[in-house]
Amino acid sequence: MAELNQDSGKGGKGGKVRAKKAGGKVDLTAMVDLAFLLITFFMLTTSLNTPQAMDVAMPDKNKMDANDNLEIADNRSITLLLGSDDKISWYYGQLAKPIYPPTTIDYGKDGIRQVLLRMQKEVPQRADGKDLIVVIRPSEKSVQRNLVDILDEMRIVDVKRYMISKINSDEIEVLKSEGLFND
Amino acid sequence: MGKAKVKRASTSIDMTAMCDVSFLLLTFFVLTATARQPEVLVVDTPASTSPEKLPDDGLGIISVADGKIFFGVKNPNVREITLKNMSQKYNVNFSAEEYEKFKQLDEFGVPIKNLRQLLSLPDEQRTESIQPGIPVDSTETNSNELYSWVQEARRATIEFNRSREGEQNFVDPGPMKVAIKADAEEKYPVINLIIETLRNQKQNKFSFVTGLRHEN
Repeated sequence: MAELNQDSGKGGKGGKVRAKKAGGKVDLTAMVDLAFLLITFFMLTTSLNTPQAMDVAMPDKNKMDANDNLEIADNRSITLLLGSDDKISWYYGQLAKPIYPPTTIDYGKDGIRQVLLRMQKEVPQRADGKDLIVVIRPSEKSVQRNLVDILDEMRIVDVKRYMISKINSDEIEVLKSEGLFND
Repeated sequence: MGKAKVKRASTSIDMTAMCDVSFLLLTFFVLTATARQPEVLVVDTPASTSPEKLPDDGLGIISVADGKIFFGVKNPNVREITLKNMSQKYNVNFSAEEYEKFKQLDEFGVPIKNLRQLLSLPDEQRTESIQPGIPVDSTETNSNELYSWVQEARRATIEFNRSREGEQNFVDPGPMKVAIKADAEEKYPVINLIIETLRNQKQNKFSFVTGLRHEN
């Protein structure tokens, strides 16, 4: 260990009795503690700083025919209309003759997730074993958080087929009648 | 004869070496940590449970807050090539000094005709309030400047990767990825415009930048 006081005067030949100097040993424990604390802090903050990325894939756009809509079997698809005030209106089947009519529901664990889990079991029974398709239609009153939340639910519930598509005027009427089209 | 007593080892440990090592590591981490530049446009992103991280390179970020759209390319060299292509497309000329300044610019939100003016300002004056955002609409013409920026940045990435092909241990990182960093409270129509702009140039895959949250 690094010792600063070199006590060489022991075998001095009748020399002066030197006053013993204060020890050069410093207790470094606290310093090491501090250094490791800082290291941990820097390591964690550098790696946690990078934000998450949520990947989204959209279908190829058909520029020739904007009204080219994909036909989906009615009994496979549920449609989620993202309204204002952090609420969703969802229905099963076609809007004109729905299997389940539009219902207002919240985001999150106790809201839309329960619906998705239930429909994931129910749809294969009704549609000869084919799985659920979710159509997400954000209205102009919904915000980015709503879209991210709903895409997140797709990931959590593990819905294999979902798409983001454009809302139509009939569906906006549904949102208006349920009071989900406020600024 | 009595038993020889085992001499107890001293309990105090020499901490000097440990102290040296830990401070060496500390210095290393402090120096390698890249200081994050303060964002011009402050974006409060929503949270998701996605485990994916945003890549560090080969990325173009479209930031959106309060209806303003900003754009930035991560790689400074790609930035320079992008600006070169853009200056040709829009007939706006930049000096060598302005190219150098643009390389340092992380993100910006002005129409290209005002870009020179922005570059002439010192760093601290390039605040959000003087930047009106990049013009975007639903067309594919020159009036949709975001469309051009993304397209030119994608081309620039390819060009830059090609120019590096001869280098040793070079692995092509692939085409540029596009990320949309939108504020949690941003209304959908603006997001939709950006998504359609990307889809119009067949950039059908992109990422939303989010924070991290728990499933429940």
